[in-house]
Amino acid sequence: MAYKRQIDRLPIIPKDAKEFNVTCHYCIVGCGYKAYTWPANKQGGTAAGDNKFGTDLAKQQPAETDAWYAPSMYNIVSQNGKDVHIVIKPDKDCVVNSGLGSIRGARMAEMSYSQQRNTELQRLTDPMVWRYGQMQPTSWADALDLVARVTVAVINDMGEDGLFVSAFDHGGAGGGYENTWGTGKLYFGAMKVKNIRIHNRPAYNSEVHATRDMGVGELNNCYEDAELADTIVAVGTNALETQTNYFLNHWVPNLRGTSLDKKKAEFGSEPVEKGRIVIVDPRRTVTVNACEVEAGKENVMHLAINSGTDLSLFNAWMTYIADKGWVDKALIEASTTNFDAMKAANKTSLEDAAKITGLSVDEIRKSAEWIAQPKAGNARRRTMFAYEKGLIWGNDNYRTNGALVNVALATGNVGRPGGGCVRMGGHQEGYSRPSDAHVGRPAAYVDKLLMEGKGGIHHIWGCDHYKTTLNAFKFKQNYKKRTDMVKDAMMTASYGDRPAMVKAIVDAIKKGGLFAVDVDIVPTKIGEACHVWLPAATSGEANLTSMNGERRMRLTEKYMDPPGQAMPDSLIAARIANNMERVLREQGKNDVADKFKGFDWKTEEDAFMDGYHGHEKGGQFVTYERLRAMGTNGFQEPATDFKDGKIIGTKRLFADGKFGGKDGKAKFMETQWRGLQAAGKDDERKKFAFLINNGRANVIWQNAYLDQDNEFVMDRMPYPYIQMNPKDMDDLKLNAGDLVEVYNDNGSTQAMAYPTPTAKPKQTFMLFAYPTGVQGNVVSAGVNEFIIPNYKQTWGNIRKLSDAPEGARHLTFKSFDYTA
Amino acid sequence: MPRCDRMVDAGRRKFLGGAGFAAAGAAVSTIVPTQSKAAPAAARVDYPSNRLGNVSELKLNEPKNVAYPDDDAPGVLLKLGKKVPGGVGAGGDIVGFSTTCPHKGFPLSYNTADKTMNCPGHYSRFDCEAGGQQVWGQATQNLPQYVLRIDDKGDIYAEGVDELLYGRLSNVL
Repeated sequence: MAYKRQIDRLPIIPKDAKEFNVTCHYCIVGCGYKAYTWPANKQGGTAAGDNKFGTDLAKQQPAETDAWYAPSMYNIVSQNGKDVHIVIKPDKDCVVNSGLGSIRGARMAEMSYSQQRNTELQRLTDPMVWRYGQMQPTSWADALDLVARVTVAVINDMGEDGLFVSAFDHGGAGGGYENTWGTGKLYFGAMKVKNIRIHNRPAYNSEVHATRDMGVGELNNCYEDAELADTIVAVGTNALETQTNYFLNHWVPNLRGTSLDKKKAEFGSEPVEKGRIVIVDPRRTVTVNACEVEAGKENVMHLAINSGTDLSLFNAWMTYIADKGWVDKALIEASTTNFDAMKAANKTSLEDAAKITGLSVDEIRKSAEWIAQPKAGNARRRTMFAYEKGLIWGNDNYRTNGALVNVALATGNVGRPGGGCVRMGGHQEGYSRPSDAHVGRPAAYVDKLLMEGKGGIHHIWGCDHYKTTLNAFKFKQNYKKRTDMVKDAMMTASYGDRPAMVKAIVDAIKKGGLFAVDVDIVPTKIGEACHVWLPAATSGEANLTSMNGERRMRLTEKYMDPPGQAMPDSLIAARIANNMERVLREQGKNDVADKFKGFDWKTEEDAFMDGYHGHEKGGQFVTYERLRAMGTNGFQEPATDFKDGKIIGTKRLFADGKFGGKDGKAKFMETQWRGLQAAGKDDERKKFAFLINNGRANVIWQNAYLDQDNEFVMDRMPYPYIQMNPKDMDDLKLNAGDLVEVYNDNGSTQAMAYPTPTAKPKQTFMLFAYPTGVQGNVVSAGVNEFIIPNYKQTWGNIRKLSDAPEGARHLTFKSFDYTA
Repeated sequence: MPRCDRMVDAGRRKFLGGAGFAAAGAAVSTIVPTQSKAAPAAARVDYPSNRLGNVSELKLNEPKNVAYPDDDAPGVLLKLGKKVPGGVGAGGDIVGFSTTCPHKGFPLSYNTADKTMNCPGHYSRFDCEAGGQQVWGQATQNLPQYVLRIDDKGDIYAEGVDELLYGRLSNVL
């Protein structure tokens, strides 16, 4: 039986409930929510005068009502030490989501730490250390002293290159401007740490180097552009599942034709129609289905290319469009460089691209027409280009990214209404750090170095390599070996004898061991190998600022207490700095200790003022107080002024034709096709039977760090699914829900077979980063020239492990696709 | 700390945690400020036992429109032809569901081909053969299913719902 909460009534929000601005802390879209809290012993009533909505709640409310909330939006939490009811519900006045809640964000309340209602009790409440052979609670002072002493000892011995760091670089939960600044000031300010990587990749680099190198920052449009575009080009983005309310609230109106009035108002006499969409994705996703439902099949072109061949398609588009003369000559002339060289170098015929991509010549030609063929009256077609992990984690990231930006630039679609060439995004953004120039380019391949025995200490901030890295199976084997050496050594000393304990640890490190410190909100998989866990507060338990995919910056206000002794990451970083300073002075190294000054922050707001306010472009106009007043709509970065009580933002970047190159121009990029770029990928393709494509599912946020403790989610997804063509399942004698092993020369993992008639034969799709089956185990170590991983082009074999386990027997295995 | 697998008793635990509090509060709201003693109240709402039809009226895989627990809460009775979770009758194949999408309240439509309820609002779909489990979608709960009873005459009664219905903060208004 499917999971049911058996809740038939919820407390009503009273009229005088406290109200807080909340931005959903999960995906890039950053939907606006409101949190309402009130004392545990009070509640509102059904009479209009007795509740927050001013509505008679004794009556059935209509569809899309603001005056209802689901059980997942309700909880009881601690606020200033007192029990309070909390409702966190979508905000209808937020322009991002207009009251829509996704299956992820609409569970924020239920995904909060509640001792009262037993939710998310997995959260870390105390600093934990490896003591007597297991993780045990300790005080902050004790844990920080141990971390500082071992860190300083390693640096004394190996220099700062002995300190390895894995750290989030994003916004939302496990990130945000306060916390990227806190960690950034520690590792790039007080120190110059080079062996550092980001949460989802093995080096410190941009996922979208190419567009930045071309002078075209990747978040250059606004969500409204999706309502204004004549054509949307979606590359490797399954927006309905992974940027849900951006798709529902801004793409669908265009596809339905309900944004026509907006187009007319914006463009005057220019001919406008309802939107069309070109979707480049080897897989038929729910996004493709929904687009066909809304726009009609005749307005949707799904280009189901051979996996990893996007670059060839883009070069063919560019060549065909340029040959037809459908380019923005004035813009190319005034605002760009290198067009002719790019055009010559990237010349690709429709026929050649058809051979490589598996598409027909007609499909490529027609999609090029949808992108750039002028409208009636020779008006330029407005096309918005959106891409995400299908491109970013796909073959030849740098060139493929550049090739798509070439097309957008050449057709005059950057900086214009109805245009843009943007990544869709994963997390929200929230990057504020001192310069990372010392890291170099290409940056160090940190995972590889760790596996080779380099480094002595590893600080981990909100990352779980065991679930989310490439080559994860071998990484885990190596990492466990090295950290076990230190664990065993720690068993030889009394914990209370600090000098003896530090000596035991340092001796083990000298023999190839690794000491690992994990800062997180929950126990993680990599945490199983760590020696110290430091408990962090998450969004809502501290004030937090981030921006979304249209650079919309908001403040999520603190609405509840963090669990136990948990602290915001910014303050944990500051306290590590304070302790390192203390230990260094004790050792007489005052000149080094001085570098750790400036971490006397008492609150996360102190970190914000030091970081974003003091250092970021336009930051001088932004304070917590001003953001609070801007509510869930905030402003779009960068801020340009503060006027009449409002922060003035920037709707679109590059609207003035000035781009990000040093000369103020954008530079076209030469991006020749070179096959499967990462070492070993082509051999893997030839050797193994199945494409193991991979990515997210609607119901799960990221690596399920909170979802893994949510009954609703785990009931639906006890194991990661692998979508398979039914004929392939028959050949392997598989039934729905059977556990299968996916294996290749990189490693092996498990998944639950999900029959999918729309899946092409021998092309599977597996949920990534899941705790009960890590897809990264079978992803090779192959990267591009800037150490960007290639998760998507993975091939493996599949065999049956067992019949569907008990937890999977009640599941539905029907098609994900909506039917009218 | 990591917890052992408690999925089995999750429903009961949530009931005690959530609905219990709701009931205590409901009593408070009915009293005037000067009173100091709350009237006793049941832990759950009292569901009416409503006759929704007779087994003889149901045809295989043809939805019969009903409403429960009142006329403002549309639903459906289905005879699915195989024993399914929550199913009653001789074949254990008769089920009842709310037809209001628990995401944003749009009316669901029944797909006879694969026995799912589908929402035109945001593409959510629910499996009538799997206790209303959301196959894919935006709702944060599975589809509310009726607790059904069939008497000697074959009359079908609904006597409860297992999730909160969209658009009301109490299943019985």
